[in-house]
Amino acid sequence: MSNDIRYLTPINIDIKKDKYCRFKKSGIKFIDYKDANYLLKLVNEQGKILPRRITGTSAKFQGRVNKAIKRARHIALMPYVGDMLK
Amino acid sequence: MNSYETVFILTPVLSEDQAKEAVQKFEGDIKGMGAKIKHSENWGLRKLAYPIQKKSTGFYYLIEFEANGSVVADYELMMKRDERVLRFLTVRMEPSHIAYAEKRRAKASAK
Repeated sequence: MSNDIRYLTPINIDIKKDKYCRFKKSGIKFIDYKDANYLLKLVNEQGKILPRRITGTSAKFQGRVNKAIKRARHIALMPYVGDMLK
Repeated sequence: MNSYETVFILTPVLSEDQAKEAVQKFEGDIKGMGAKIKHSENWGLRKLAYPIQKKSTGFYYLIEFEANGSVVADYELMMKRDERVLRFLTVRMEPSHIAYAEKRRAKASAK
């Protein structure tokens, strides 16, 4: 007699979620540097730009995201260094 | 002729009227340089994400204009020399940016 828990089907431990580029999917062509609320999604709580590896953005749009965030920082819509942004 | 967009921040030390006067002066100056103003917007007094020249707020303005590239350098020099301007950013508008700006304006006017 054993106390092992047995499953009928093997449980899937790491459920991989497919990453996709949000700009390609929703057809956004231009990323606005004036919309700080939107850009906040692409930044961590210190105000650092999130890598492609995490957001799934395509290379083409990551370049545009970077540009938009850097412009937003220049006109003080976003901080260069922040804390507890989220 | 290219399309450009400028966002600039004026010192909060000015009164509303003084700020408006400064904007009118800028608009007049770019017109004088041979540019055509397509749109201008006042975002009002906003908090800055970080202090600039020890100020934590500023009057934000947006101007869209059509001009030759040579105008921009003169215009930016004028902004740089003006003490009332804390920060400015001029961006050349690509076709996708122009389409976006028109959509944004339409949305704002619908409200």
